[in-house]
Amino acid sequence: MENNTVHSAIRKYNQDKMRLMDILIEIQDNENYISDDAVRIISEKLELSLVDVEQTISFYHFLSKEPQGKYTIYLNNSIVSNMMGRQIVAETFENEAGCKFGEVAEDGIIGLFDTACIGMSDQEPAALINGNVFIHLTPFRVKEIVRDMRTGKDVKKMHTSYLDGGQNKSEYLNSAVRNNIMRMGPVLTDDYNPGTIIMNNLPQLTPEQVIEEIKTSNIRGRGGAGFPTGLKWEFCRIAKGDKKYILCNADEGEPGTYKDRVILTERPKLLFEGMVIAGYSIGATEGILYLRYEYKYLKHYLENALEEARGKNLLGNDIGGIKGFNFDIRIQLGAGAYICGEESALIESIEGKRGEPRDRPPYPVEKGYNDCPTVVNNVETLCSVVKIMLKGGEWYSSLGTPVSTGTKVLNISGDCKYPGIYEVEWGLTIIDILDMVGATDVQAIQVGGPSGSLIGPEEFDRKLCYSDLVTGGSFIIFNFNRDLLKNVVLNFTDFFIEESCGSCVPCRSMIPLFKQKLEKILSGNGVASDLEDLQSWGKLMKTNRCGLGHTAANPILTSLKNFRYLYEEKLERGKEYETGFNLEQAVSESCEATTRVPNF
Amino acid sequence: MADIINFTIDGKECVAEKGISILQATQENDIYIPTLCNYEGVKPKGSCRICTIRTNGQFATACTTPVADGMEIENNTEEINDLRKSIIELLFVEGNHFCPACEMSGDCELQALAYRFQMMVPRFTFQFPKRDIDAGNPKILMDCNRCIRCKRCIRAIKDEKGRSVFAFYRRGENIKVHIDPELGSKLTDELAEKSVTICPVGAILPREKGFRIPIGQRKFDHEPIGSEYKH
Repeated sequence: MENNTVHSAIRKYNQDKMRLMDILIEIQDNENYISDDAVRIISEKLELSLVDVEQTISFYHFLSKEPQGKYTIYLNNSIVSNMMGRQIVAETFENEAGCKFGEVAEDGIIGLFDTACIGMSDQEPAALINGNVFIHLTPFRVKEIVRDMRTGKDVKKMHTSYLDGGQNKSEYLNSAVRNNIMRMGPVLTDDYNPGTIIMNNLPQLTPEQVIEEIKTSNIRGRGGAGFPTGLKWEFCRIAKGDKKYILCNADEGEPGTYKDRVILTERPKLLFEGMVIAGYSIGATEGILYLRYEYKYLKHYLENALEEARGKNLLGNDIGGIKGFNFDIRIQLGAGAYICGEESALIESIEGKRGEPRDRPPYPVEKGYNDCPTVVNNVETLCSVVKIMLKGGEWYSSLGTPVSTGTKVLNISGDCKYPGIYEVEWGLTIIDILDMVGATDVQAIQVGGPSGSLIGPEEFDRKLCYSDLVTGGSFIIFNFNRDLLKNVVLNFTDFFIEESCGSCVPCRSMIPLFKQKLEKILSGNGVASDLEDLQSWGKLMKTNRCGLGHTAANPILTSLKNFRYLYEEKLERGKEYETGFNLEQAVSESCEATTRVPNF
Repeated sequence: MADIINFTIDGKECVAEKGISILQATQENDIYIPTLCNYEGVKPKGSCRICTIRTNGQFATACTTPVADGMEIENNTEEINDLRKSIIELLFVEGNHFCPACEMSGDCELQALAYRFQMMVPRFTFQFPKRDIDAGNPKILMDCNRCIRCKRCIRAIKDEKGRSVFAFYRRGENIKVHIDPELGSKLTDELAEKSVTICPVGAILPREKGFRIPIGQRKFDHEPIGSEYKH
């Protein structure tokens, strides 16, 4: 039975080493674990060693060598989930399931596990159950869900609501997740007939002309790093290679980010058209959408959209009637690793390997997927590209500020009235944003997720733009009831400990040391030199290879910079434990009593 | 004839062939940059970060970054050397390195670097992690207490089909090196020897052969690591 699953998964992906991720995910999803036998069969068929297979399995959060239960529950433990009542939900799960988090119940039916942000920060607490999303969990719902599991009900049939009624026309998606689009801008508007650019404009334009238009728009990558998109395409166009690839990064793992989930749900055709335009520009024949495992519930729906596009000659051969322009898109699932949002780690993962970032140079535009020139773009970037081609680069560059052109889709969560998705022009201040989402009594806001900065009211006049506050779009708002150090900074630091790939020494070893120091301070045992240590250790993080390593200490470093008083308050009790023993002072009293003079 | 490019290191004018790494270029100019995960003949990985230099305001690893014309490199500065020293200290606190009891003492690159950078007491707290010793292989012994997870063995030791004999397991602080139970048990004498020599510390040891080189005759017994370079 189990071996059948293994063999059929291997056959389905043509015994291809590069598809190891797909094979492992298929087995995991069907058997709820990957057995030693499965590992042995895969290693034989794919001509890999056992440790080759195991190194990939053990890297990803959602792959396991131990049975995870017939129903595997991953409850989000991100900060927003905690703020919205995770604890009582988790306790109810434990009581009802009869096991603790990190365990599988004795009967093997239910497994309870923690997981990092699943892209539902506007509808927490939320959980993934066998790859399906359950939002707005309450003790009542938990009891209901566990009861359903005991009767063996299909997970897809456990949903009880019918939400939104948006344009995605999928009854299943509508019953599972809300979209909460609170503000549409030019990228998210629904005033566009998908395929228009491919059918009407592309045939009249050379790839170079398309790249020129994108350069005119001045759009920069929307994932957070902000590299100019037109330039990236140009580098890839001129790079030498028999085959080129366009990869779409839909691995938004930065806690508090969920915009790509909404775009994938409501505007998949826009995204795929953007990939086609990019493919045409750089000369690619294949596009891959790297979809985070947390959004696996969208895969079938997205594949239908691809099939529809093939039927309309928007994908396939001679697309849009352009002779020789052949391009198709496939979906690659991730398996739970924040680091795979880093473009070179994402490429490694698509190749079936551990998601360890590569050394650069060479950059992916020269040597990326399969060692071929590759462009990796964010979901939002590729959607914006379609609108740029529709209305012109000049139009796009008139939006936002002269340097930071266009719009940005923000993900607002935490303590505010209207969490959700807001597409706004660059240049808004934090005050504007807080007013827009109905947030009052704000103690702090986390801009750009844990890898960004924690900033306080004195900086709320700062602007969203590439020269001031750059962000991939995550905004988490904290009111004065939140304990920033204990609940926020510690949670983010745990997140980075969990998500470090472990390759660079300063990343894998420093973050736990940062955490120990923070815990020492929180327990009231900190001394002034601990704060100096934290500050000076920060520089070492800049020697790491990738963005995760560079920013992993940001929760501590930015809170120390902007909320130093919170740390200093904790030192109060610690004053008497000040390190550095002062002998003169220590013996002064006895010297005085004996009228002796210290002889040192 | 290869293109020749000019670059400076700590202000000193140097020349190098285009396309080689900063590390190779500096070594050819008789300048020392400390390394640990790098090994001649094995594709560099840049994971220990000890060869960190600064160019154009950014830190980069000398082993993986190609030298370029006009590059200005900062290498032997107080700031960069302190960063390197702190990485060495990190390696000492993240593992269990008891030099006096280690059979590789004197031949160990980590120990030698600690001497060269005059490490006394690490600025970080010792973690004393619980690590495994794998004695299941007929030819080699793997002591994870000493493993610095530099990936040298992972990168260099493959079988004739290119399959890994050593590989990482898990991620983050819990990452560890595993030996393949099947390929490992069939390891040739040659590959077993290679895996012992390639390990910069005492994590991979040959079985049934203790103290092959007497103390006093070991690599770093008389001269610090990097002494072959003038600067």
